Amino acid sequence: MKYVLMFVETEQFARQLEAMGELELRQAYEAVGQWFTEHADKITHHAHLAPVHTATTMRLDGAEPVITDGPFVEGKEVVSGFAEVEVADLDEALKIARSWPACPIVEIRPLS
Amino acid sequence: MSTSGQSGDGSAPGSAGHVPADLPGHDRGGDRGGNPGWDRDGDDGGDRAEDRDGGPGARSEQVLAGVVREHASRLAAALISLLGDFSAAEDLVQDAVETALRRWPVEGVPQRPQAWLYTVARRRGLDVLRRESNYRAKLAELRWPEAAPTDDRLRLIFTCCHPALAPEAQIALTLRVVCGLSTAQIAAAFVVPEPTVAQRITRAKKKVGEAGIPYRIPSDEELPGRLRSVLAVVYLLFNEGYLSSTPERAQARDLVDDAEWLAALLAQLAPAEPEVAGLLALIRLHRARGAARFDERGRLVLLADQDRTRWDRQAIEQAAALLTRAARAHRRPGPYQLQAAIAACHAEAASFEETDWVQILVLYDMLTHLVPSPVTRMHRAIALRHVHGAEAALAELQKLEHDLARYGLWHATRAELLRELGRADEARTCDEQALALTVNPAQQALLSERLRWG
Repeated sequence: MKYVLMFVETEQFARQLEAMGELELRQAYEAVGQWFTEHADKITHHAHLAPVHTATTMRLDGAEPVITDGPFVEGKEVVSGFAEVEVADLDEALKIARSWPACPIVEIRPLS
Repeated sequence: MSTSGQSGDGSAPGSAGHVPADLPGHDRGGDRGGNPGWDRDGDDGGDRAEDRDGGPGARSEQVLAGVVREHASRLAAALISLLGDFSAAEDLVQDAVETALRRWPVEGVPQRPQAWLYTVARRRGLDVLRRESNYRAKLAELRWPEAAPTDDRLRLIFTCCHPALAPEAQIALTLRVVCGLSTAQIAAAFVVPEPTVAQRITRAKKKVGEAGIPYRIPSDEELPGRLRSVLAVVYLLFNEGYLSSTPERAQARDLVDDAEWLAALLAQLAPAEPEVAGLLALIRLHRARGAARFDERGRLVLLADQDRTRWDRQAIEQAAALLTRAARAHRRPGPYQLQAAIAACHAEAASFEETDWVQILVLYDMLTHLVPSPVTRMHRAIALRHVHGAEAALAELQKLEHDLARYGLWHATRAELLRELGRADEARTCDEQALALTVNPAQQALLSERLRWG
């Protein structure tokens, strides 16, 4: 089955990231890189999204499309990237997610 | 509901016998009085005809429930293995169970109930799955006795109690699939509308299929966490059954039976896990005191006032022995073993005055270390009162105000301590607050009486 792991950042995580020194930051990125290498045989696709301040939302449910600045839900938690994995079942997807070394929330959803 | 299984507290000591605190979990009281004949040596996971007080109708209901429970989960496990489709298998089991519940009371329980259920499920399956030639071929192979591996039911339990399902869904699914309850029985047991339960189950089954929740025993590294989920479901069932039922509800499905049966089954299937034995011992220790929890008029009797000659001494000894064996063999204490050990201290005391409070306090210290929940700390404070006095206990309770101000039992406990310290007016205020926060009729009656005389 294919699943998408959606990586969700919190405000607190963003603050921690900002407070990091150069060395710490490099180590954090290395950990993420290592995670991708470790699970490379299961990961079919992945992407990191640009920060949330770059987001634009368009609503198509009115007479005219409405374009607004920002993500579709204003919240303290925002999706910052995703990885698509191909595994046998949910438990295997959860196992991969468990070792994710960066942002503190991961949403796991099967592809239909 | 929490999946941690640790938010409640299994065996609070009766706080000097004025608060009905020998209840597990929440501040709701109630139990049917006197049903001493449950399956005491049920480590085989089996279930026997039960010797209940509910009259012949209730008795045959119990027999029927036991037979269905014993066989439905085996059938479910066999069908899931065969079809590889959890939802389709569950539908067939439910259908067979409902047919049995309809026909057995009229026709009598068949001599080989399992073979009967298998036949009904196979026929029904061939009927409804007509277009699925793949399933038809597989169903034709369904035979009883099934040479299924013994851990099939364990796989089933782990699927139903998967943490990716909402706690209510885990409970409903476990009751349906593992214990063979009908949707109507689950709805009645939890006092919720039947469509709500039906919807919960439909959603849960959909999620199992669509999210790819596996039908297997978790790997060693996942096992401790997953076992916690399973035990939490059994514990919640036990709490619900133990607390929500009253003598008037004696005809309702006894969830405590289901909880004990599940715990016994788990103990048989996972003998290396002392917490499973701990939970089983905890359930049995509480049940062993069941006969004394209500008086002849159906009123709740406090631990201090219970007629201990009505406790089932043999059941207490056996449950305590089970706990000791598990604790000695593994030396891995956990919340359920500790709660069972506390329950055993109470159950083994010859009188309320002879209760070993020092030992109970030590056990609560360990428990609060593992589960630092406010409710556990409150129960520890009650034990503290018997060792270090009311003043010390009251000081401990005060620290919990922020967390437990909406909890009736917290106010009721404070009321007792204040009364003991001669602060009657404050005690009265606390009792009034407790009464306002308590929904359980048996506890309300108790508090009202205290306000009248206190």
